[in-house]
Amino acid sequence: MKTCFIHSAICISAQETFYNNDFLKEASEVTTEFASAIHPVYKDYIPPAAIRRMAPGVKMGVVAAKQSLNEANINIPEAIIVGTGMGCIEDSEKFLNALIDNDEEFLAPTSFIQSTHNTVGAQIALGLQCKAYNMTYVHGAVSFESGLLDAQLLIQTSEAKTVLVGGVDELGKEFSVFFNKIEKQQPQGIQVPFGEGAGFFGMSSEKAGAFAILKDVQVFETVSVADITSKLKAFLTNNGLLFQDIDAILMGENGDAYDVYYHEMQASVFLKTPQISYKKVSGEFYTASVFGFWAGCHLLKRQEIPKILLKNSIEKKNYQHVLLYNQYKGKEHSFTLLSRC
Amino acid sequence: MKRGVAITGMGIISAIGTNVEENMTALLFSKTGIGEISNITTRHQKDIKVGEVANTNSQIAKSLQLPENTIFSRSALLGSLAAKQALENAQIERISEYRTGLVSSTTVGGMDLTEKHYKTFQSNPETLKYLKSHPAGDSTQKIAEQLGITEFVTTISTACSSAANAIMLGARLIKAGKLDRVIVGGTDCLSKFTINGFKTLMILSNENCTPFDANRKGLNLGEAAAYLVLESEAVIKKANKKVLGYVSGYANANDAFHQTASSAEGEGAFLAMQKALKVANLQPEEIDYINAHGTATLNNDLSESVAIKRIFGDAVPDFSSTKALTGHTLAAAGAIEAVYSIVSLQEQCVFPNVNFKQPIPELNIPPAVKFQKKKVRHVMSNSFGFGGNCSSLIFSSE
Amino acid sequence: METLRQELKENIIEQLNLEDFTVDDIADDDRLFGDGLGLDSIDALELIVMLDKNYGIKLTDPKEGKEIFVSIAVLAEYIATHRTK
Repeated sequence: MKTCFIHSAICISAQETFYNNDFLKEASEVTTEFASAIHPVYKDYIPPAAIRRMAPGVKMGVVAAKQSLNEANINIPEAIIVGTGMGCIEDSEKFLNALIDNDEEFLAPTSFIQSTHNTVGAQIALGLQCKAYNMTYVHGAVSFESGLLDAQLLIQTSEAKTVLVGGVDELGKEFSVFFNKIEKQQPQGIQVPFGEGAGFFGMSSEKAGAFAILKDVQVFETVSVADITSKLKAFLTNNGLLFQDIDAILMGENGDAYDVYYHEMQASVFLKTPQISYKKVSGEFYTASVFGFWAGCHLLKRQEIPKILLKNSIEKKNYQHVLLYNQYKGKEHSFTLLSRC
Repeated sequence: MKRGVAITGMGIISAIGTNVEENMTALLFSKTGIGEISNITTRHQKDIKVGEVANTNSQIAKSLQLPENTIFSRSALLGSLAAKQALENAQIERISEYRTGLVSSTTVGGMDLTEKHYKTFQSNPETLKYLKSHPAGDSTQKIAEQLGITEFVTTISTACSSAANAIMLGARLIKAGKLDRVIVGGTDCLSKFTINGFKTLMILSNENCTPFDANRKGLNLGEAAAYLVLESEAVIKKANKKVLGYVSGYANANDAFHQTASSAEGEGAFLAMQKALKVANLQPEEIDYINAHGTATLNNDLSESVAIKRIFGDAVPDFSSTKALTGHTLAAAGAIEAVYSIVSLQEQCVFPNVNFKQPIPELNIPPAVKFQKKKVRHVMSNSFGFGGNCSSLIFSSE
Repeated sequence: METLRQELKENIIEQLNLEDFTVDDIADDDRLFGDGLGLDSIDALELIVMLDKNYGIKLTDPKEGKEIFVSIAVLAEYIATHRTK
C-alpha cells in the first residue's frame, strides 16, 4: 500500500491565514457574534464570467483549491474531493425565500443551480477542466474527514497518484442565525461563535516536496464518553503507536456540554502532551476541523505551535506525530493522525 | 478473474412499490408509478407529473414503529424503511458482529421540513426543532440509529449520481479491507424546492416522460429510497451467505463542461463507462443490458446516447431507462436502478423503455421496447448529475 | 423605446450580476450571447423569468428565446409588441 504524502495546506478562515505566512502570530480569539472569514481578493484568481454567480463558499473553495494545487505543484489532480456540512447555504436561502415569498412564481434558476451540495467540487473541476474522480461528502462534522479517508484510500490503492481534498462551509445569512438560537436554548450550548472557512490540501503518493504524511483517519458515528479513550488506543495501536508517541493533540472544543469527550483525554492519557484548542479562533462550523488539519500540517512543517492555540503550557522540541480529534454534539467523531516525513 | 464485491441484501421503496417484490412485479408488467402529485400542495400540480410514493409520512412512521412525536424528514422515513428491508433481506441480526458501515446519499435532505417551517423559525422558536433535520447528514443518522450502526457512517451528495457513488465507495472500502460490511444507497423525497428548481430549468415535462424518444419533453421527478448490503468474501464464506449478485465495476468521472448541462460528446459519461469496464475487467460486448440514466431531457438522452455509441460502437447492447416508470428520483436513482439491475440478473431479463415511439434521429439507436427474457450476466447502470458528476456501475451474476 | 432599452440594460446588469458592466458599456446592437456580453444558457432562463415577471410575457420553450435575446434592440422591440403589463 502506498503512503499518502501532504504537499500543501491552504486555508481561508476568520484569521489572516491566506496571504499571511506567519502561522497565526497575529491571530486573536473571535469576539464578534459570528466568525466571518477574511476573504482574499477573489477577482485575482477567478475569471469574471465564472465569479458572477458564486456565493462566498464557492469562491473560498475554488480559490483555496487553486492555491493548494499551485503550492503542491499539481497541474490537474487525479481526484477532487470536497467535504461540506451545510453545502451552498446562501443560495439555498435565496431560493427558499424566493419560493415562499413569491408563492412558487417568477423563480429564477441561478440560486437553485448554485445551491446544490456539489457546486464547489463541480466548479473546481470546471475551472481546471479536470475530468477525473469528483466526490462530495456532506455528513456534518465528518464531511471533511470522510473526504480525507477517501483521499487516503485512493492513494493507498493506487487508484490515484494525486488528490486535491478540502472542506468548505459558508455562514450564509439566515440558517446561522437560526442555529445560533438553537444553541442559546440549550443549558450549555456551543460557546464559540459560528463561523466559516475553506481549506484545501494537495496530496500525492510521491514523497519529494512533501512535509507531512496522512497516516490514518477513522470516522465513527457514536461512542460513549467512557469508551472514547479505549477507542483511541485501538486506533493508535493499529498504527503502531502509544499515547506517549503523540507529540501534540488538536481538539475541536467549542465550549458545549460535549467537550467532556476532549476533557476525558486531556486529563488522563494526554496530561503531559501539548494540547491545542482552535475553535475560539476559527469559529465552529461543520468543516471547522479543516482549520485544525491545516494547523496540524503547519505545526509539522514549522515544528512550532502558535501561542494562541496552545491550551496548556507544554511544548516540545520535536513534533513527529500529531493527532486530531473532533466530534459534534457527541456524534460524528473523527481521529486523524498526521506524521512528519 | 477476481470477483467483485458481493451483494447479500436489498431494500427499496419507490413509486412502483414499497418493497423489492412489488417493484419487481411492476417492472415485469411495465406498471407505471407516474401520476399527479398528492402529498404536496403546489401551484404546479396540474402542469407536472411525478413518481410519488403513495404512503404518507404517518403511515411510514407507523410501520417503522417510531414514537409519536419523533421528527423525521420524509427522506429519513423512506430511507429507514428501505435500509431496514435490506438488512432483513441479508438476514443480518447482529449488526455489530462485523465491522459495519453505512454510506447513504441525498440531495433533498430535510428540505421538506425546512420549506414548511422556514418562515416561522424567526418568529416561533418552538419550530426550530424542524431545522435540525436540514443538514444532509441528518437522514443518514436517522437510518444509522434505526439499524444500530455506530461505526463508519457518512453521506454523499453529488446530485443525481449520489447513490451510485455511495455504492462505489462501499465496494472500495470492502475491497481494501477497511470494512467487512457496508449498507449503501440513497434517499430523496419530493419537495417544493426541487420541483420549483427543476421547473426554473424548464426541464420538467407536463406529460408522462418519454426517455430516448425523439420528441421527449423533459423529466418527471420522483421520490424513492433503496439500499444494498455489501459484504466481504470472508463474511460470505464464514456465514455461508446467499449472494444476489456482485458489484464488479464502478467509476466516477467529471464532464467538466457546464454546471447543469452535459457535453455534446458525453465525455464524462464516456469516461465513467470506460473506467467501469476496466475495473470489472470486461469488454464492452460482455455487457448484456444497460440500465441507462435516461432522464428524458433533451440534453441528457442525446449526450448519453452519444457516449453509449462511443463505447459500444455498432454493437450497442439492450438498454432502457426505467425512469418512465419511477420518475427521476435524484440521489436515490443510482440505488433503485442498482436494485433493478440485480433483478435483471436474477430474472434473466431486460426491462422495456416505456413510452418510447421514435429514436433520436441523430443517432438512431432505439432502446429496448419489449420485456424480454435473455441470458444476462453483466448489467451496466449509469447515473449522471449536475456539476458534471458522472458515475457508472457494473453488476454481475458471478 | 429608449427608456425601455435603458431599463433592460439596468435589469440585465443587476439580474445577471454583470458587475464589471455599466449601462454605457452595452450598445443597443451588441450581441447578448457568445462574443458580445458572453451570456449563456442559464442567463437565457433568467431572461425568460424577467420577461414573465416584468412584462407578462410567457415563453414555454427555451428555444423561443434564441430569436428574442439577440440584442437589447431586438429584445426591446419584442417586449414592446408583446407586453401585457
